[in-house]
Amino acid sequence: MKGARRGVVRRRPATKAAQYVALAAYLIFLGFPLLWLLSISLKTPRELASIAPSLIPHHFQWSNYHDALEAQGLLRSALNSTIVAVGATLLTIAVSLPAAYALGRFKTRLRGIATGWILVSQLFPVVLIVIPLFMILRSLHLLNSLLGLTLVYLVWTLPFALWMLRGYVAGLPVDLEEAAAVDGAGRLRVLVSIVLPLLRPGIVATAMFAFISSWNEFFFALVLLRGSTRTLPLTLARFVGSEGQVSLGPLAAGSVLATIPSLLVFALIQRRLTSGLLAGAVKG
Amino acid sequence: MTTVEAPSTAAQPTTAPRRRRRGRGDRDAWLLVLPALLPVLALSVVPLARGVYLGFTDSRAGLGIPTHFVGFDNFTRLLHNSLFLESFRIGLVWAVSVTVIQFVLGLGLALLLNEDLHLRWLARTLALVPWAMPPVIVAIMWRLLLSPTVGPIDETLNKLQLSQTHINWLGDFNTALPAVIVVGVWVGMPQTTITLLAGLQGIPAELHEAAMVDGATTWHRFVHITLPHLRPVIFAITSLDFIWNFNSFGLVYVLTAGGPGGKTMLPMLFAYNEAFRYGQFGRAAAMGDVMVVLVVLFLGLYLRAGLRRDAT
Repeated sequence: MKGARRGVVRRRPATKAAQYVALAAYLIFLGFPLLWLLSISLKTPRELASIAPSLIPHHFQWSNYHDALEAQGLLRSALNSTIVAVGATLLTIAVSLPAAYALGRFKTRLRGIATGWILVSQLFPVVLIVIPLFMILRSLHLLNSLLGLTLVYLVWTLPFALWMLRGYVAGLPVDLEEAAAVDGAGRLRVLVSIVLPLLRPGIVATAMFAFISSWNEFFFALVLLRGSTRTLPLTLARFVGSEGQVSLGPLAAGSVLATIPSLLVFALIQRRLTSGLLAGAVKG
Repeated sequence: MTTVEAPSTAAQPTTAPRRRRRGRGDRDAWLLVLPALLPVLALSVVPLARGVYLGFTDSRAGLGIPTHFVGFDNFTRLLHNSLFLESFRIGLVWAVSVTVIQFVLGLGLALLLNEDLHLRWLARTLALVPWAMPPVIVAIMWRLLLSPTVGPIDETLNKLQLSQTHINWLGDFNTALPAVIVVGVWVGMPQTTITLLAGLQGIPAELHEAAMVDGATTWHRFVHITLPHLRPVIFAITSLDFIWNFNSFGLVYVLTAGGPGGKTMLPMLFAYNEAFRYGQFGRAAAMGDVMVVLVVLFLGLYLRAGLRRDAT
């Protein structure tokens, strides 16, 4: 059936076999590291010490997960990460929604400036921006503060969120808004009761993108946070240096746990994210 | 991605009455953009400008230390710092290797995903996972995988009689940089593959079918149909990959922290140490400045080579 759909394009069996060999190689390269992490998170310290490690643990045990959750500061860090990621996401959406509407609907010079800035800002290494940010936040007493980091993440996710949302706005038909305006609805009414509901899928996708970016971010957190305000990636990275054989299991377990939120969110938006990328690029 | 902007600006109204309306539109647009503009100005544009300027000063980390303008002092000092120059060489080797391998592997995977194969869904899902993972976790995962004690690779190589010794991939002078490059490739596969796949799906199927009828081989069709149509996408994604890779930090910081013996000391790691370990803000900013110039030069040459080939 599948062969029939492609019509004339029919492969010789040898080509097909080669393709499956290549696909298998990709699956191993991409998937094996993930399986190995899972495997270590389920092994006992004694099995980790054995000379011939195997992918499938001899005795499955969940105690590493228990230990990871008990470990110093991990839950606290997870809470910090959640606060910062949710805060940054809400702020990003609130701020970029009107801007995306303006850039998607008005023929203004701002559009060129915004696109230019989004592209140019990619060129600069973050070290150039983090030193002045460090000084600014220090003078505002926002170092080691989740609020300070949230503001930084807002600005950090904004360009791409704006790019995505603008694509969604440009994809909406203008007719509805014009019809409502002719019927005497004010600009704000049009925005709230016509544009917002239509834009909801795009807003959800953009929000989840902002969440993942903030949840995963490491560099700004490393420079701007100390002590009890550390986020999850920071705390896990600190375990790395001091790891003994014994703590490898909990480290792997903690890593699995820290990946789950962004993986879940990503699974939900995966299709929209890739099409959103293209929408932002194509719909000028 | 920039080129698609051109038609909309060209179509802008130029007649007098319309321009007045555009003026009002401009004012409304500014009002709507303002909430986004203010934080971007305060926490992105201004700090960035200041960061670029700091490279020309002797700024230090502590509070209350006066900062002086020192001109090109930092830059001449950098030119004579062999560790810094070495870090740039490593950075270029890393960025170019990762970008090239990512492109080749990404194109291969995209071509496979564009075929009707079983398990395609699994490969597609797996190819996206690294995108969703925090870089720190990716680094931890690969440390466990490459570890000489709990990792499976040595054991497998021994079994296959390929090597007899235990190799500490991330700790050995010869293998550290290649090992780190492999991890870099793994992390960057999603964006590259998905972008190339989108490009492939944009090529009209009729072209391939017509070529098949004319008796063209798979290789011929790849060279004469697929590659020429993909060119813009290829230039866009390899340029972006190069920038991202050259400026990357978290992954290698957790994998090796620049070791062993500075063999994986990417420029970003060097600059980070200079700023936040030794407190030399001015010098670190100067390194950042050099990085921008280098990336712009490199991309300029790359894109010009591409344009020139378009012209001929």
